[in-house]
Amino acid sequence: MSGLPPYASTGQRIWYYAFRVICGLIFFFLIAPILTIIPLSFNAEDFFTFTPGMLAFEADAYSLKHYQDFLTSPDWQAALRNSLSIAPVATLLSVSFGTLAAIGLSQDHVPFRRAIMAILISPMIVPLIISAAGMYFFYSRIGLQGTYVGVVLAHAALGIPFVIITVTATLVGFDRSLTRASASMGANPVTTFFKVQMPLILPGVISGGLFAFITSFDEVVVVLFVGSAAQKTLPWQMFIGLREQISPTILAVATILVAISVVLLTVVELLRRRSERLRGMSPG
Amino acid sequence: MSDTTDAAGRIISADGRPLKSSLNRALRREKLRALALIAPLLIFVLITFIAPIADMLFRSVENDIVSNTMPRTVASLRDWDSTSGEVPGAGVFESAYFDLAVAAQKKLHSQLGTRLNYELTGMSSMFRRTGRRMDDVGEVYMDQFAALDQAWESPEVWAAMIGDADWLASEKAWAKAQNPGTPPPAFEVKEGAQAALPLTAALYKDFAAYLRLNDGDSPTQEEPWPVFYAALYTDLINRPDAATAFSGADAQRLQTSAAAVTNFEAVDYKAAFVKADDGWGQVNTWATIKAFSPKYTPGYFLNAVDMQKTPQGISAQPESQQIYILLFKRTLFLSLTIMFSCIALGYPVAWLLANLPARSANLLLILVLLPFWTSLLVRTSAWKVLLQQQGVINDTLVWIGLVNDTDRLVLINNQFGTIVAMTHILLPFMILPLYSVMKTIPPSYLRAAKSLGATNWTAFWRVYFPQSVPGIGAGSILVFILSIGYYITPELVGGTTGTFISNRIAYHISSSLNWGLAAALGTILLVVVLALYWAYDRIVGIDNVKLGG
Repeated sequence: MSGLPPYASTGQRIWYYAFRVICGLIFFFLIAPILTIIPLSFNAEDFFTFTPGMLAFEADAYSLKHYQDFLTSPDWQAALRNSLSIAPVATLLSVSFGTLAAIGLSQDHVPFRRAIMAILISPMIVPLIISAAGMYFFYSRIGLQGTYVGVVLAHAALGIPFVIITVTATLVGFDRSLTRASASMGANPVTTFFKVQMPLILPGVISGGLFAFITSFDEVVVVLFVGSAAQKTLPWQMFIGLREQISPTILAVATILVAISVVLLTVVELLRRRSERLRGMSPG
Repeated sequence: MSDTTDAAGRIISADGRPLKSSLNRALRREKLRALALIAPLLIFVLITFIAPIADMLFRSVENDIVSNTMPRTVASLRDWDSTSGEVPGAGVFESAYFDLAVAAQKKLHSQLGTRLNYELTGMSSMFRRTGRRMDDVGEVYMDQFAALDQAWESPEVWAAMIGDADWLASEKAWAKAQNPGTPPPAFEVKEGAQAALPLTAALYKDFAAYLRLNDGDSPTQEEPWPVFYAALYTDLINRPDAATAFSGADAQRLQTSAAAVTNFEAVDYKAAFVKADDGWGQVNTWATIKAFSPKYTPGYFLNAVDMQKTPQGISAQPESQQIYILLFKRTLFLSLTIMFSCIALGYPVAWLLANLPARSANLLLILVLLPFWTSLLVRTSAWKVLLQQQGVINDTLVWIGLVNDTDRLVLINNQFGTIVAMTHILLPFMILPLYSVMKTIPPSYLRAAKSLGATNWTAFWRVYFPQSVPGIGAGSILVFILSIGYYITPELVGGTTGTFISNRIAYHISSSLNWGLAAALGTILLVVVLALYWAYDRIVGIDNVKLGG
């Protein structure tokens, strides 16, 4: 469908354009909801729809008051602080354990490789509500329910599969003779790891880390059960806001989160290209 | 080459070992190194994730609350036949009294009542009401013992009579030290007291352990529970010569009490129970307790499929309480609908992406990846804003004139809201696997089919579509697995008719506190998901899970 041949019949022409219109509508369905909330978050009124003033592009129908509300409300600020204190620590845990394990898994002779892989990937497969229920039961048994440590451990567990998958994917293209060359020149395993292996797999590690970070940062089901009010994160606060009285501040927060996603998406895409270039998989 | 083979003809390596064993050793070392790298993460996941799942599976059958809270009753009910149609005898009521009096002191009786209430309505209030009356029964004996000898009311006398001498000494030292925060020494029963006064000693031990654990208190400072007097009465009736095991003032007191108890006013436990609540006089109450006395029960699983375990066997729940099969069916129906909507919307888009030049395809792919990367709550809030009655879609329809301002469409808090929002959320999970499969189908096949005379439709249906089926399979299973476990979106946009089984699980964990049922529902869901995942692994392969293109 990379162009309509000059000999196309009328029916083919109609179908060609109709198909493009259908696809356009589907893309519209995908992206429009997210784009709609951005202008709405600048609404000067406490409404969730476009006011006549907004449609007429009057300057005073738009305002930053919902953003101001987000920045000054103690609830939202506490939630932001909690999110920012939980996600990085959980990410650090999953990335450090996950990278080591991915390197171990990529060796040639690993006994029980399939079983181990299945266990490590399971947090991604098991529905969140079941993970949340199990963690709630088990963590309250051992006194971790409602604690910061409990939430961090739970989020680290949820982020691990993403690290494992991205790092093992990077390691597939890793030339093992490089580590042997490094060892033959007298480098010990630690030096080899940090000076030779790490720089090459770094793109995979970073994008795994970003996945783990976004998993923790966006996660709400597990934190709802494992956390207590003192661990209320940004998504939790949004969840409460949406369930009870939905306030337009949520739209301001949502817009900020969309901006963060755009940045992260760009970073991951750049890393992926860089990694492919480094491994010579595409001309760049 | 004699220096590279040994006498048996095996090849020798440089260090003089046979090459085979040398190689094996190197391989073993490599394996161990790999395992050492994996071990920290494996242990971490086992503790933080697998253990909780195992705990949930365990809780779905665990039922030790009945036998832990009413151990004596469970033991004496063993000989009672629940089909006899008769209420158990006085012995069972006596055991029930001692169990419930202790449970009421520890405030455990209402938990047990709540548990049994899942099986038989009315049990909760019955246990609470009865628990409040238990002290009255003990006080009948307490007053009679106190009238006999004032010393029976003193905590120290009880502690000295039943407690071991060594324990008493260390307890005195503890009381003197007045060190807040340190618990008193663990209680020990005096040798001989256990045999002479078995019931009293057992209850007292329970009392001391409870005080130590919960209040950090010593039994020498707390008033004895009224149930001790009833126990002492029972023990002295059964063993009139109990005093011989004691010495000094204790022996004296027990001697006179043993002589006096035969003239005491005895309590009819059965009458006391029935007076507290009529339920105790009904066979069904006891049959239910007996049916749920084993440590493990299939009861929660039966409840999860709208059945119940009754003393007469397994039967269906009353029609008014059958909701779970309906919920499972609804979860299945909604997930399938979402899956098919995703196929219908994802297939054309993936096809377009796979057949466009790389530059424009990458550009359009961003439109797929951006929603994929956007927070779930952001997308759910977007749909809430769009679908509300005063929301953007309704406003637009009213503005166009398709809908009257007075009868705006109800688009949210029903199944429609759930289907639309979740199709939007899960669509990228369908498009990405489809796209990666379609990219590998050479466009020349279609041209070849057409040049051989196939119409557009035949070429697509007979040549292209069969090759894209693996992508449809992968995407469908992925979307289906993700959707049957969804909680947040149905909770926010589903109202009452658009909710999933997950919402019920959450309700049982946080609101109704019926954790066993939540665990059973979760286990069923988990089994379904794992089976689907196994199928996914067979069809697509676990290593082919792709993230974000």
